Amino acid sequence: MSEVRTITMEVLRYRPERDSDPVLQSYRVPCPQEWVVLDALDYIKNNIDSSLSYRWSCHMAVCGSCGMMVNGEPMLACKTFLREMGDTVRVEPLLNFPIERDLVVVIDDFLEKLKSLKPYIIRKTEKPVEEGTYLQTKAQLKRFKQYTLCINCLLCYAACPQYALNTDFIGPSALALAHRYNLDSRDEGYAMRQEMVASHEGVWECSFVGACSEVCPKHVDPASAVQQMKITSTKDYFLRLLGGKR
Amino acid sequence: METIQTDIAIIGAGGAGLRAAIAVAEADPSLSIALISKVYPMRSHTVAAEGGAAAVARENDSLEYHFHDTVSGGDWLTDQDAVDLFVNTIPTELTRLEHWGCPWSREWDGKVAVRPFGGMKIKRTWFAADKTGFHLLHTLFQTSLKYPSIQRFDEFYSTDLLVADGRCHGVTAIEMRTGKMHAFQSKGVIICSGGGGRIFPFTTNGGIKTGDGMAMAYRVGVPLKDMEFVQYHPTGLPITGILLTEGCRGEGGYLINKDGYRYLQDYGLGPSTQEPRLKAMELGPRDRLSQAFWHEQRKGRTVKTPYGDMVYLDMRHLGEKKIDERLPFIRDLAKSYINVDPVTDPVPVRPVIHYMMGGIHTDINAATPIKGLWAAGECACVSINGANRLGSNSLGELLVFGAIAGRQAAAYARSEGREAKGDVARDRAAAANARVAEIFRRSGGKERAADLRTSMARALEEGAGIYREEESLKTCCSRISELRERYASIEIEDKSSIFNTDLIYTLELGAMLDIAETVVYGALLRTESRGAHQRLDYERRDDVNFLKHTVAYHNGSAPPRIDYLPVIITKSQPAERVYGEAAGGSVEQ
Repeated sequence: MSEVRTITMEVLRYRPERDSDPVLQSYRVPCPQEWVVLDALDYIKNNIDSSLSYRWSCHMAVCGSCGMMVNGEPMLACKTFLREMGDTVRVEPLLNFPIERDLVVVIDDFLEKLKSLKPYIIRKTEKPVEEGTYLQTKAQLKRFKQYTLCINCLLCYAACPQYALNTDFIGPSALALAHRYNLDSRDEGYAMRQEMVASHEGVWECSFVGACSEVCPKHVDPASAVQQMKITSTKDYFLRLLGGKR
Repeated sequence: METIQTDIAIIGAGGAGLRAAIAVAEADPSLSIALISKVYPMRSHTVAAEGGAAAVARENDSLEYHFHDTVSGGDWLTDQDAVDLFVNTIPTELTRLEHWGCPWSREWDGKVAVRPFGGMKIKRTWFAADKTGFHLLHTLFQTSLKYPSIQRFDEFYSTDLLVADGRCHGVTAIEMRTGKMHAFQSKGVIICSGGGGRIFPFTTNGGIKTGDGMAMAYRVGVPLKDMEFVQYHPTGLPITGILLTEGCRGEGGYLINKDGYRYLQDYGLGPSTQEPRLKAMELGPRDRLSQAFWHEQRKGRTVKTPYGDMVYLDMRHLGEKKIDERLPFIRDLAKSYINVDPVTDPVPVRPVIHYMMGGIHTDINAATPIKGLWAAGECACVSINGANRLGSNSLGELLVFGAIAGRQAAAYARSEGREAKGDVARDRAAAANARVAEIFRRSGGKERAADLRTSMARALEEGAGIYREEESLKTCCSRISELRERYASIEIEDKSSIFNTDLIYTLELGAMLDIAETVVYGALLRTESRGAHQRLDYERRDDVNFLKHTVAYHNGSAPPRIDYLPVIITKSQPAERVYGEAAGGSVEQ
């Protein structure tokens, strides 16, 4: 096996049944150089402290379970390599969400917002399945493909300064997914999503800092989705003033 | 304990569970659905499937071809009526997914693109780049949000089925946020809880794949079928076991040994041609490819690395443009996790535990022998996969049989119409609660779940790997029996209620030990070699004695009682599996 280095993992612990406030707890962890933060947490869980709680599953950056703050930055624990870090690594739950326990946060708010944006294909009339698939050119697919790549890890919410100030803001990931459906050549639901998208808590709340896109592990670029939606919302506004309809 | 009344309870919210829920909602919007999962739907392991889903889509293809590929790929242990139903239904299911927004990769003319896959005579695998499972799961999850009758119970860990008088009356589940036990009283229950690859140490499976639903069904008397058939995927990354899709080979990647030689030609899969040929070389079936690795290792022709013996998956000749268009995730995974760029270097890989062909015994309607209980997806065994699943048939399976299970359960709930038997369900739920409480509160025990889990995984790898034999299987059986005994002495250190993963991991371990025992006993008694089950001491397939399904019945603390069921054969009589020159055709057709 490769070289092993012992590091200190400082983990924010919060067990609501006994802790009045979150507290940092330190663990000494011997790490082979190929380990990610998640491996170190597993080591603690299996060998030092079985009460440490965190979410994880795929260990390949696609299930979106293990988002957490690593040295103050929102990261996926399964894709953050310890060899790139110093001898002390601090791990905390994702910012801007209530802590359920230890590194586990409550994400109900995101799920409700996602649902409110109707993230599914909406048709005026459904195409019968017997008629086969829709044609969609590579260019049409390319228009929205990037926004389908969101794994709902919520790093973008932890990074978003606007969501930190006002959790009513719908936020980057959910808006990017709404945009994804708006751009899909098979969809006719733009108008039905627009009420939420253009609402007070929608795109106009975004101050275009772009932190969401910087931290996105899948390069979804929610900031650009939000900017594009601002433009279409503005066009809608002027069209309405002129008595037209999109 | 809280009681929740619902018409249909679904355990698991991955591909099969979501598809089943939508099917119930569409069959009858007045039926209430409780969709119960130990994780949020988008975390389910369907998310990790990469390569695609097979369905006949082109003029040059036929349902017969897909049928024969699947039956021979499964070494004739498939039930042919189920395979027929499957190949007939899957084109409609994939089309439906397309209507729901799945971003399938496209041809220039706007039609859905297909790629070649192992063991398939024609290229028929629909794909969304190399994240097909991810897109399929998110499409299903997002689509499920439009049905008001689907009520989700995310992060609820199901513990016991409530069965009395041969009928299922519901399920108990722990709400992880509070630790509180809930009894779901329902007319029907559908299990869609996935496989249990985590019983092995080196696997593509996520941490949640612990066989919970299989074990739950098994404990109430439903047999587990063909559990000895466990698939090794030929191309996993070292250290993590991260999957590199068969699509890498479908797009033209080579498997080479330490001498740069395409060794598959030595194992009946040749000749070695520069352009990929269907059903030949790298496009052979997974069982044959994983077994070839084992032989190369014995011959000393694999590559020694600090992480064990490897061969190389060489994709350099595909070029950067094709890799970025068709395999972008693979490139990212290889670069990130082992610092190898497939554009410039061959990628070290080795076989890795990937999929369980076996599972909860169901009939062609996804029904188990217990009334009011269905199962679909990897947790179930219909069986369309037989002794070896073909790549790109599992996403199809969870759609086809998830939907069937949903419609069947909906019809049952409507026709039964009677009140759920509340008193019976209450008694069973109380017993389940007591069982879990005993495990939770036990003190003075000297065992730790993490240690037992490690021992179990090691025992399975040593005793029930790619090649098996009597002595090692017997050793493995006794090790698992011993671990089951020691399980009774586990003490859970964490006594808190909120999000107690110490408790959940311990319950998961109980499930894994149960199903592990069915794997090794099934393997011990099957004295033949078929598909993914290879015996060094019984090298040939034995159709006289073993053209039959193994069914394992729970037997208390004793090892499972093993019985057998006939295989349903309709139009394809068992024959030699033919790959290589005789079977293949050009990929470009």
